[in-house]
Amino acid sequence: MAEFTLPPNSRIKKGKHFSAGKVKGNVRQFVVYRYDPSSGDNPRMDTYEIDMDSCGPMVLDALIKIKNEIDPTLTFRRSCREGICGSCAMNVDGRNTLACTVPSDSIRGDVKIYPLPHMGIVKDLVPDLTNFYAQYASIKPWLQTRTPAPPDRERLQSKEDQEKIDDPAACILCACCSTSCPSYWWNSDRYLGPAALLAAYRWIVDSRDEATGERLDDLEDPFRLYRCHTIMNCTNTCPKNLNPAKAIAETKKMLAERRH
Amino acid sequence: MNTEGRPLSPHLTIYRWPITMTLSILHRMTGVALSIGLIAFVIWLAAIAFDAVPYDSVKAFMDSLPGQVMLFGWCLSFFFHLSNGVRHLIWDTGRLFEKSQANASSWFVIIATVVFTAAYWFMV
Repeated sequence: MAEFTLPPNSRIKKGKHFSAGKVKGNVRQFVVYRYDPSSGDNPRMDTYEIDMDSCGPMVLDALIKIKNEIDPTLTFRRSCREGICGSCAMNVDGRNTLACTVPSDSIRGDVKIYPLPHMGIVKDLVPDLTNFYAQYASIKPWLQTRTPAPPDRERLQSKEDQEKIDDPAACILCACCSTSCPSYWWNSDRYLGPAALLAAYRWIVDSRDEATGERLDDLEDPFRLYRCHTIMNCTNTCPKNLNPAKAIAETKKMLAERRH
Repeated sequence: MNTEGRPLSPHLTIYRWPITMTLSILHRMTGVALSIGLIAFVIWLAAIAFDAVPYDSVKAFMDSLPGQVMLFGWCLSFFFHLSNGVRHLIWDTGRLFEKSQANASSWFVIIATVVFTAAYWFMV
């Protein structure tokens, strides 16, 4: 059964306020979720006032500025700062996205930053993605074949067949979609979630893969696949503009058509 | 590594609900309301089958203010569940999955619900 409220150790307390001091003018407040595993305290929301005239344009720039200049204990994942690594996935202004691709200017009022929703939190904005990665591994994200490869060349596919996997293969596994999905919030122990299902679809429609039947068998399960109720949060939130909801619908369709 | 006492990050309360999410939960809630409404419908039918006296008392309740509010609620639930159900059937064929289509069809479902309910309530 879905648990709608947070457990006692997860309820958020009021946090500290870091003033911008004498700086006047273009100052904005960033309100950030903080959790320190070594303190034993509940999570809290800290407020940082930032002079935007000396800060880069993206939300990630503001987080890096906080860490460098105001509070070095702030912890978050980041790497490429250009939307291709998926490390800085977090909930900004109520939506899951990559902090490096969201301009602070695009948000009205205080910038509220939480970790990805309904996840165990390691520290501050760092969620535990162990289960998410295990689910990805469970769909066997590699080419499975029975026939030997041609001796003199690669397994070729037509341009049209390649285009079928262009989009689903562009997933960067940032986990924005899965952690935006209410079905995943309540059933992540048994429901694979949009990211893993998009990956499964990518191999099901791959013209070179020869385990299509087994892949569909593995998904034919009331929880693993069919907990998707077309809520569409995944597609709405994907920072790469991919469409996991459609991939899941196509998978359900293949399973329905297979029965006839 | 200790993974036991980790806090759970906030979800429902901090997420900015897309319209598709709101309609999804409404679909479930109206489904529950309609299941309960079915019991009332059966009571009404049974009253007709029995006699004029029980039917009169059921009708008196239906005509009272709480009765009318419930009937209106079921009427609204019915047309919402029907309109959104049709959208689910279209989704099952793999259509209407682009972001713009999903959001536009959500508004279409809301408008259809209001129009059908108003038409039924005021014309029938």
